[in-house]
Amino acid sequence: MNRNILSKWFDNIFWVLGFIATLIGLATLIVLILDVLADGVGRLGWQFLTSYPSRRPESAGILSAWIGTIWIMALTTLLSIPLGIMAAVYLEEYSRKNWLTNLIEINIANLAGVPSIIYGLLGLGLFVRAMSLERSLISGAATLAILVLPIVILSTREALRAIPFSIREASYALGATKWQTIRHQVLPAALPGIMTGVILSMSRAVGETAPLIMIGALTYVAFLPASPISSEFPFISIQGLFDPFTVLPIQIFNWVSRPQKGFFADAAAGIIVLLIITFMMNAIAVWMRHKYQKKIRW
Amino acid sequence: MYKRVQRYKERLIEGALFLSALFSIFITGGIIAVLFFETFEFFKEVSIIAFLTDTQWTPLFAEKHFGILPLFAGTFLTTVIAITVALPIGLISAIYLSEYATDRVRTMVKPALEVLAAVPTVVYGYFALLFVTPLLQKIIPDLSGFNALSPGIVMGIMIIPIISSLSEDAMHAVPMGLREGAYALGSTRLQVATRVVVPAAFSGIAASFMLGISRAVGETMIVAIAAGQQPRLTLNPLVPIATVTAYIVQVSLGDTPTGTIEYKTIFAVGISLFVVTFGLNMVSYWFKKKFMEVYE
Amino acid sequence: MAFKVKDVNAFYGEKQALKGVSFEIPAKSVTAIIGPSGCGKSTFIRCLNRMNDLVPMFSITGEILYNGTNIYSKGIDVTELRRRIGMVFQKPNPFPKSIYENAAYGLRIQGVNKRNILDKVVEGSLRKAALWDEVKDRLNSSALALSGGQQQRLCIARAIATEPEVILFDEPCSALDPIATAKIEDQITALKQYYTVVIVTHNMQQAARVSEYTGFFMMGELVEFDITRKIFTAPSNKLTEDYITGRFG
Repeated sequence: MNRNILSKWFDNIFWVLGFIATLIGLATLIVLILDVLADGVGRLGWQFLTSYPSRRPESAGILSAWIGTIWIMALTTLLSIPLGIMAAVYLEEYSRKNWLTNLIEINIANLAGVPSIIYGLLGLGLFVRAMSLERSLISGAATLAILVLPIVILSTREALRAIPFSIREASYALGATKWQTIRHQVLPAALPGIMTGVILSMSRAVGETAPLIMIGALTYVAFLPASPISSEFPFISIQGLFDPFTVLPIQIFNWVSRPQKGFFADAAAGIIVLLIITFMMNAIAVWMRHKYQKKIRW
Repeated sequence: MYKRVQRYKERLIEGALFLSALFSIFITGGIIAVLFFETFEFFKEVSIIAFLTDTQWTPLFAEKHFGILPLFAGTFLTTVIAITVALPIGLISAIYLSEYATDRVRTMVKPALEVLAAVPTVVYGYFALLFVTPLLQKIIPDLSGFNALSPGIVMGIMIIPIISSLSEDAMHAVPMGLREGAYALGSTRLQVATRVVVPAAFSGIAASFMLGISRAVGETMIVAIAAGQQPRLTLNPLVPIATVTAYIVQVSLGDTPTGTIEYKTIFAVGISLFVVTFGLNMVSYWFKKKFMEVYE
Repeated sequence: MAFKVKDVNAFYGEKQALKGVSFEIPAKSVTAIIGPSGCGKSTFIRCLNRMNDLVPMFSITGEILYNGTNIYSKGIDVTELRRRIGMVFQKPNPFPKSIYENAAYGLRIQGVNKRNILDKVVEGSLRKAALWDEVKDRLNSSALALSGGQQQRLCIARAIATEPEVILFDEPCSALDPIATAKIEDQITALKQYYTVVIVTHNMQQAARVSEYTGFFMMGELVEFDITRKIFTAPSNKLTEDYITGRFG
C-alpha cells in the first residue's frame, strides 16, 4: 500500500518535472528575445538599414549585410533546389534496392549531420582555391547549396512519401508512363510539402555563419555587389556573382567580437533583423504545412 | 515514332535524376579529397606523433607547436557540458511529451521547439557571451569573461529540441499494446515509461543522443564567440579555451596566406573533426535503422 | 474471346498467389471473379493490365493472351496495353485536381490538349458514367469534394475517357454505401454493350446481379468457371456450392 502511494507520488512529481523540462527551451528562447530586444531595439531604424558598416558604432549599419544575405539566399536556392528535388525523386520513385542506392542513402543521411564548418573547408578547398572563384558570392552560394542539399533531399523525399500509392496506381492504369505520373500527379500533389522543406532549408542557409567565414566572406564591406540588372543588352549582369560580399550573421559576429561595447548594440539590432527573417520563413513553412494537411485528406 | 521518342525521353530523364542522386556521393568524395590533400601536405612538415601527443597548440606563434590535444580538450569540455545539460532535460521532456502531455499540448509545443532549433547559432553565441556569462559571474565570481561553461550550457539548450523531438518520435512509435499490458498490471505512467517505453525505444533514443553529441562536437559559432579562442590543455570550465571548430574560424579570420603551414593546420584539425562526427552519425544511423526494423 | 489465360502462376517473392489458372474471358460481357479473401482474385485481375509490374518481387509464368497476343511477351508496350485495358480500383482514387482534369488526364498524357476535343470527351465520358448532370456546373471544382460514390463514378468516367476495350473493376463498391453501390452496378450493366468488363467482388449477390459469367477462385486456384446462372443454381464443384451457400468465407 505504502509503495503504491509512493509510486503515485513519483508519477506526479515527474509530471511537473517533465513540464518544466519542456518549458526550459521555450523560456530560454523568450529570455533570449527579450535580451536582444533590450540591447538592440534602440539602434534599429532607417539609418541602420541603409548604412554601411562604420568605425563608429552609432553610425554603422547593415546595408551591405542584408543585401548580401538576399543575394546568397537567391543563389543558394537556385543551385540547390532543382538538384535536391531531382535527387529525391530518383531515390523515392526510381531507385531499386542495390548497393549503390544503399550507399547513396546512408551517405545523404550522414551528410545531413556533417558540421557546417566542414562544408566551409570544402568550399575553401574546392571553390575558392581549386576553381579560383575567389572570395565571391558564387563561392559562398555554392558552399551553402551543398550544405543544404541533404536537407532538401530528405524533406522532399518525405513529401513524396506522403503521396498515397493509389494516385500513382490510378495514373499508371490510364497508361501513363513513369515520368508522366511523377510530373502530372506526384509532384503537383507533393508541392506544398516540398515547398515547406525548401523554405526550412533556406532559413537554415540564412543563419549559417561558419562556412561563409571559411570561404572568406568579408567582415567589413562598404560596397554592394554589382547589380544583376544592367542598362546595356542583355540587361542581365552576372558580374555581381564574382564580387566579394558579407552577410548578416557575419556582420553580427564581427560586431560581437569587437572589444568596444558600443558595437554590441549594433550586433543586437542585427540579430533582431536576422531573427525576424528566420522566424518569418519558419512561420510560412509551418502555415503551409498546416493548411495543406487540412485541405487534402486522402 | 512518337513512342520511340517518348521511350528515349523517359530514359533520359531517369538518367538525369540518377546523376543528381549520385552527386551526393561526389560531395562526400570532395570533402574527403580536399581534407586529405591538405592534411597530407601538413604531415610532410609536422610529424603525426607530435600532432597527437604534443600538449601545446601554438601554430600562430613564433615558437610553433602542433599538438592537437588542447583543441580536443576544449571540444571535449564544451561537449560534455552541453550533453550534461541536454541529455537529461531532452529525455525527460520527451517522456513528458510522449506519455503525459495531451495531444493539444503536444501540437503546440512541438512547433515551438522547432523554432528553438531554427535560431541561428551566431545569435546563441551573442546570448552566451553577453547574457549567460555575466549571469554566471554573479554566482561564480572566478569565471572569466571567456570560458567553456557558458557556451557549453547554451549549446546544451540548443540541442534539447534535437534530443526531445527525435526521442519522442521513437517513443511514439512504440506500440500501444506494450503499454496496455503494463497498465493492466496497475503500473503508473512513470513505471510504464521507464520500464516499458524507454527500453523498447532504446535504439531510437540512442540515435538521438548520438546526433546530439555530433551536433555539440561540430558546433562552431557559439564557442568561437564565447569560449575565448585560447588553446589550452585543461578541463577547467572557468577559463578561456579553444575548440577544434573555433580554431578553424580563428585562422580563417586572420590574414593567413594559403599554402602556409598555418593554413594547412585547419585541414588537419578539420579531418579529425570530420572523422569524429562522421563516426557518431554512422552510429546514430545504425541505431535508427535498428529501431525501424523493429517497429516499422 | 477477349482474354485467353493459359496456366498462369503468380508469385510475390516466394509466396505463390496464383496456381495454374486457365480459362477464357468472353468479349462484350460482364465476367465476375468471386472467392474468399486472399484467394488470389485481386492478383488475377491485376495481371490482366500488368498492374502487378509495380509490385516489387512480383513474378509470373504462363501466358495471358489478349486478342491473340501474349501481354507478358517481350516488346509489349505496357503503357499502350493499359490504355486499352482500363481499371477502376477498390477505393475511389481521384487525382487531387478538378473534376474536368480527372476525366481529361488519360487524353492529356497521350498528347491531346485541344480544348474542344477534351470538352467533348469529358462530357461524353461523364455522361456514360451517369455523373454529368450532377457535376456539369462545377467541372472546375476539386474532385476530392465529391462524395465517395460520385468519386467512384468519376473514376469510371476517367477510365472510359481513353476509349479502352476492356474495363477491370477491382471490388469497386467495397468502400461505398448501398445506394451508391446500386448506381455503380447499373453503370456496369450499361457498359457491357461497349466494353468487355471483368469485375472482382467478394459480394456474391453483386456477382449474381451484374455478371453473365462467373469464376470462383480459392487459395490461388480457379475452382470453377461457368455461366453465372449455372454457378449460382447448379455448381458442379462441391467447394463452389459450399461457398455460395455461405458455409465458409
